[in-house]
Amino acid sequence: MDPSTLGTLIHFAYVLAAALFVVGLHQMNSVLTARRGNLISALGMAIAVAVTAVQLIFLGSPATGQTEGLAWPIIVAGTLVGGGLGWYSARQVRMTAMPQLVSIFNAVGGGAAGLIATEDYITAVGRGEADVWLSIFVVLGVVLGSIAFSGSVIATGKLQGLISGQPIIFPGSRLVTIALAVIALGGTAALVLGGYGAVDLGGLEIPILGVIILAALAFGITMVLPIGGADMPVVISLLNSGTGLAAAMAGLVLNNPVLIIAGALVGASGAILTKLMASAMNRSVINVMVGGFGGGEAAVGAAAGEGGHVREVGVDDVAIQLAYAQKVIIVPGYGLAVAQAQHAVRELAELLEARGVDVDYAIHPVAGRMPGHMNVLLAEANVPYQQLKEMDEINPEFPRTDVALVIGANDVTNPAARSNPQSPIYGMPILDVDHAKSIVVIKRSMRPGYAGIDNELYLQPRTGMLFADAREGLSQLVAAVKVL
Amino acid sequence: MSPELLSALTIFLLAVLVGFEVISKVPATLHTPLMSGANSIHGIVLVGSMLIAATASEPVSQVLALVAVTFAAMNVVGGYVVTDRMLQMFKRRQPPASPGAGDQG
Repeated sequence: MDPSTLGTLIHFAYVLAAALFVVGLHQMNSVLTARRGNLISALGMAIAVAVTAVQLIFLGSPATGQTEGLAWPIIVAGTLVGGGLGWYSARQVRMTAMPQLVSIFNAVGGGAAGLIATEDYITAVGRGEADVWLSIFVVLGVVLGSIAFSGSVIATGKLQGLISGQPIIFPGSRLVTIALAVIALGGTAALVLGGYGAVDLGGLEIPILGVIILAALAFGITMVLPIGGADMPVVISLLNSGTGLAAAMAGLVLNNPVLIIAGALVGASGAILTKLMASAMNRSVINVMVGGFGGGEAAVGAAAGEGGHVREVGVDDVAIQLAYAQKVIIVPGYGLAVAQAQHAVRELAELLEARGVDVDYAIHPVAGRMPGHMNVLLAEANVPYQQLKEMDEINPEFPRTDVALVIGANDVTNPAARSNPQSPIYGMPILDVDHAKSIVVIKRSMRPGYAGIDNELYLQPRTGMLFADAREGLSQLVAAVKVL
Repeated sequence: MSPELLSALTIFLLAVLVGFEVISKVPATLHTPLMSGANSIHGIVLVGSMLIAATASEPVSQVLALVAVTFAAMNVVGGYVVTDRMLQMFKRRQPPASPGAGDQG
């Protein structure tokens, strides 16, 4: 086959891969087709990578028309090591720790995009080809990739508990963030003007790019540190979108269509997803990024001091209440996942259903550590997803519910979000658990939830507290219901 | 601006618009898998990493390319595997014994 025909075929294959990404992503909009959508997208990826290998073998690099001697050892070794690490960690990770892993994958993706842009710039400067457009794309790719890398690493640290989930604000941290942004912008201006030919950088292009990279890496850190752990999903989604744009910039630098399309696709859809997640928490993205949420704000602890009374209940009482109820709604939270109690809760639910109790699960959009995280955790325990009801669907049912069983969920049930304008979570849509005829909360202690706010639900007269580890408490309940 | 650059920017812009439209009405259930799925797609940087590996002739460039390929491969493989793991859990419950085949007590 003559080279130009092969080149055309390769281009079409890239477009096919890009189309598969679009179709795959679209099918992930619905539960029924989501898995197939992911496989279609994976097929697109396989085609794109295979075609690139064909390009390098038969035509060489599109830029130089040849392939350097060490190219294949680098590609094969890197793919084996990186792919192996990715495969192993993805198979091994517990589903509770999955948000951290997604964040790590986002970090390395951003890092790779930044490195591509850096390497291409070094080559272009060496050849004297770093014009104004190349400089713009390179700098954008490098900045976005570096921020995504360091920001995602910090987000992982926060989710994993290696770094405090509380907002970390040191004196002058905002000034440092602004100073870093100014440094990066100044460097960018220098490189772009240099590319335009307006100023002579005298061979300092690479050191300036190095300064920009360092400033962007530090910016990613100072950007994420002041944000509370509860907001990490929004941050990860935003950084994910940033990595997509960085990939698109790398594509513009390399003039590769599939990189441009896939990167732009992720950049835009990631931005929409970020907005959806933020609005599920009734917060704007800006509000999240300004940070400080979940810290020791004034209203924290206000409810505890109001002389409320905590009513403690025993396992047997709760078992009777549940077994003779007509309708029970289970409200699972992250505490359930941490205690690995998904299977115990399903067992309890099946037992109650066998007795004719109508059981549903109320899933808050941000239950768990990420929107949709709780659905994944429960699905893993074979809870049929038809029983998982979203907030808008389940809220009108609480007044008709005999028992709302809250397991390890806290902030998403806090009535203060409706009633107390002083509360940091005021305005966040919550599950109206307090409208149920009676409420049972399984919780280890009165410790406040992830956002660090006391929950006045626990002090209401209709609320009974069952102090236990989620899994232990549920197993005891299962045993108690069995003998009834 | 060269014609190639113009068409590349056009592609970029159209792809951004597609990205805005492609995930409009997603149930919250799927937010996490969708984020993970989008995360795997930007693993496309593996293609870019392979292309810079092909031209890397200096040791510095080769090291950068090696790190880029490793990172990108981890993003791609791990991203798709973990997304599939999440999604394979969204199964319908087997219909609990069809009428007439009642085998449960």
